[in-house]
Amino acid sequence: MELYQSTIHELQDKIKEGKTTATEITCSVLQRIDAVEEKVHSYIRVLKEEALAAATDADKEIKKGNIKPLSGIPVALKDIVCTKGVPTTCGSHILHNFIPPYDATVVEKLRAAGAIFIGKANMDEFAMGSSTETSYFGPTRNPWDLERIPGGSSGGSAAAVAADECIASIGSDTGGSIRQPAALCGIVGMKPTYGRVSRFGLIAFASSLDQIGPFTKDVEDCAIMMNVLAGYDPKESTSVNVENPDYHQFVGRDIQGWKVGIPKEYFVEGIDPEVKAAIEESIKAMEKCGAQSVEISLPHTQYCLAVYYIIAPAEASSNLARYDGVKYGFRAAGGDLLDMYKKTRMQGFGAEVKRRIMIGTYALSAGYYDAYYKKASQVRALIKKDFEEAFKKCDVILTPTTPTPAFKIGEKTDNPLQMYLSDIFTISTNLAGIPGISLPCGFTKSGLPIGVQFLAGHFQEGKLIQVASAYERKAQVEKRRPGL
Amino acid sequence: MEFDAVIGLEVHAQMLTDTKIFCNCSTKFGAAPNSHTCPVCLGMPGVLPVLNKKVVEYAMKMALATNCNINSTCEFARKNYFYPDLPKGYQISQYAYPLAEHGYVELEVNGGKKKIGITRIHMEEDAGKLLHDEHNPVSYVDLNRTGVPLIEIVSEPDIRSSEEAADYLKRLHEILVYLEICDGNMEEGSFRCDANVSIRPKGQKEFGTRTELKNMNSFRNVQRALEYEIKRQQYIVENGGAIVQETRLWDDAQGATNSMRGKEEAHDYRYFPDPDLVPVIVDAAWIDKIRADMPELPQAKRERFISEYQISAYDAGVLTADKALAQYYEEVVAICAKPKQAANWLMGDVMKFLNEDKKTIRDCPIAAASLAEMINLIDAGTISGKMAKDIAEEMYRSGKKPQQVIAEKGMVQITDEAALAKTISSIIDANPQQLADYRAGKEKLFGYFVGQAMKATQGKANPQIVNDLLKKMLAGK
Repeated sequence: MELYQSTIHELQDKIKEGKTTATEITCSVLQRIDAVEEKVHSYIRVLKEEALAAATDADKEIKKGNIKPLSGIPVALKDIVCTKGVPTTCGSHILHNFIPPYDATVVEKLRAAGAIFIGKANMDEFAMGSSTETSYFGPTRNPWDLERIPGGSSGGSAAAVAADECIASIGSDTGGSIRQPAALCGIVGMKPTYGRVSRFGLIAFASSLDQIGPFTKDVEDCAIMMNVLAGYDPKESTSVNVENPDYHQFVGRDIQGWKVGIPKEYFVEGIDPEVKAAIEESIKAMEKCGAQSVEISLPHTQYCLAVYYIIAPAEASSNLARYDGVKYGFRAAGGDLLDMYKKTRMQGFGAEVKRRIMIGTYALSAGYYDAYYKKASQVRALIKKDFEEAFKKCDVILTPTTPTPAFKIGEKTDNPLQMYLSDIFTISTNLAGIPGISLPCGFTKSGLPIGVQFLAGHFQEGKLIQVASAYERKAQVEKRRPGL
Repeated sequence: MEFDAVIGLEVHAQMLTDTKIFCNCSTKFGAAPNSHTCPVCLGMPGVLPVLNKKVVEYAMKMALATNCNINSTCEFARKNYFYPDLPKGYQISQYAYPLAEHGYVELEVNGGKKKIGITRIHMEEDAGKLLHDEHNPVSYVDLNRTGVPLIEIVSEPDIRSSEEAADYLKRLHEILVYLEICDGNMEEGSFRCDANVSIRPKGQKEFGTRTELKNMNSFRNVQRALEYEIKRQQYIVENGGAIVQETRLWDDAQGATNSMRGKEEAHDYRYFPDPDLVPVIVDAAWIDKIRADMPELPQAKRERFISEYQISAYDAGVLTADKALAQYYEEVVAICAKPKQAANWLMGDVMKFLNEDKKTIRDCPIAAASLAEMINLIDAGTISGKMAKDIAEEMYRSGKKPQQVIAEKGMVQITDEAALAKTISSIIDANPQQLADYRAGKEKLFGYFVGQAMKATQGKANPQIVNDLLKKMLAGK
């Protein structure tokens, strides 16, 4: 097995035993990038020189016996998290030349944990999309089928892990942007509780929904990454100062006697039959794990998409107002101030971003605020309550992550509503602020990965690790590698 | 037709915190452009605001001082608009749920009292500044002021004249400065005022169409702008015209208000709760803590000065207009126990010296204890009031204590009756003609003898003793 194919915990064992070095691992991953990146296009920028220099430093530390949780582990960062001195584009023309003078808190934490930043991963522009097709830098392809999308918006981060172009990666999830591409790329992706992982330095899409999380090759790696990422940050007002457990302790525990909620609203029309079959297998597998499945109801599920597509664009319309060409990023030549503003934003933003800015601006406008934004906020509270009620009856909830496997590039670009539907099972999680995890649960006949999603109550990421770990061990999901 | 003016004021006051409202940058005025900035106040991608608790506490003080109700929960909202001095494209302010509401300030109007209602007090961040190049079509952006904390104090439309408006502003200004939460500097923009004004025929209940006045950077300009605008509106209405609802800018040089007629008018700010900030919860314990920390407010102090020191309302007003002056006065009185004299000396000579040097009482070279001692020396007869004027001036110039000045200048008053009688006797002897005229009824000549006596003693004679002796001796007793 090649080093680039390994997991974090496998590589950490090898480093500890002196069987490999950070430099070897980094070189292995860089070679893999050289071999497959042209086909997959996971990255907006590969940080080759920086990674090799960091690996050299890491090896010095390792020699001194100073081995940290991610020492020598090449990690990819979605290009939405700010990296000091390294361009951070958010997949947009308007930030194509933006170099932050600061690191995101998660970047500081990963660096402190010994991670080696291997590249800035591709993404839908400003994280608006479900396919990574809206990136100014061109689409990322699904390593399992290069004709297909990897999901989005963190498609580059997911594809990079699936294609072994990094060992683990960071994404952000506003309506499913970690879990949906994790499912479509056959890897593990977790969206933590809102407030669990710092948003400082995460370029905002929808501030009340955005959350950073990891992509990994297995559940144990997810726990390792969570140990590094999670924790209170005084630089973020919505960061929550609660107990932050050791997530690794939940790996390998059983779930004997757990109740797994199956929301009836999630198994109606529109689900691909192969996905449906795989999820039904997953439910059966839960029984094998010693858990019991119970039907639950999330009665406001049908409103999730509508609520999301008011709140997220409303916040985005305001968050993206700062890109006006005055201070940084792209500036179009213009006559007077207003002309410069208009041309900068017209040329700097892509179609999907402009669509959402317009929707959001409309939803907040005088005379429409009560009917749209205010009403949506009220329904959001009901959706949150649905989950509170549900978690009185079960420990975790099991759902499909996506209604279909990966679709073809260009298949839905002309139909935004069809595109929006690919997040139908992931959006409610963000509206409620609860954590969710997606992990592989099988393949379609044509060999595309399918994901199962587990949800838990606020700050119950430990439960998600526990159930996912149990499932991973007991469900005997077939292990495959994409044939790149 | 007679008209009433209806005026409401919006005051923006910069809070005197060391750091900005949502980041750790300094709030100091006058630094090199953009030197007091960081990614947060520059509105760079991915950064987040964290509320400065002190701003809330300062705003709470103002709310308590103006009899407002402090809401148990308030929230920040985004006010969205594009302008180069606003780096995020929105201002973090408060909208649906402000910090405090339903207060009032009391004014003295025609000897009575009048309450001006306070609609609300809310917290927000200041915007930056644009500097326009006069010779080139270029503007420069200075974001040092971006994120400096402000409170906005919105009054009810309870004000009925430009004088009342100026009075109300002075009261607010005085309270803010007393609370030490705002430096009140209008030139530097720490205290700014916009006005909403309309007129209506006397007796009519409904308000007329209002205009909003901006760009008035002194009390006097607020008053002048309102006077102008009230007359302008009257002229239009009396000539059958209609008032247009608009924003008008005061032009100081022109002495007139002019319509802005800009795109600024059509703003829809699309307020919504800022998702990057959490609601501010203010409990009773916090309010109690702030209340316990409140200083005596100007009005209470004025009333106390009148009753405790038996000075006039006017004197009390002057002495309490500046908290430091009031404190100085109380220090003087605590030592000399002569409140009336202390007030006269302070408001007279001391203020005259300070005004000439454009100084405030904070920089006064005369220590309060020295002034008190000087008053005690006058009271004891050691020096005369007239001598004290020179001594006070010397104390002011040199910062010396009164005894030292007196000793150096040999200015001790002559109170030795026998010695003075001897001097007066020789003066009378030297002026037989004047003595004869005086005795013949020319009483005006009394002053002549006083002058001679003072001259002979180089002004050091105790005037009371000289008077008494002269009266006796000129009468031949």
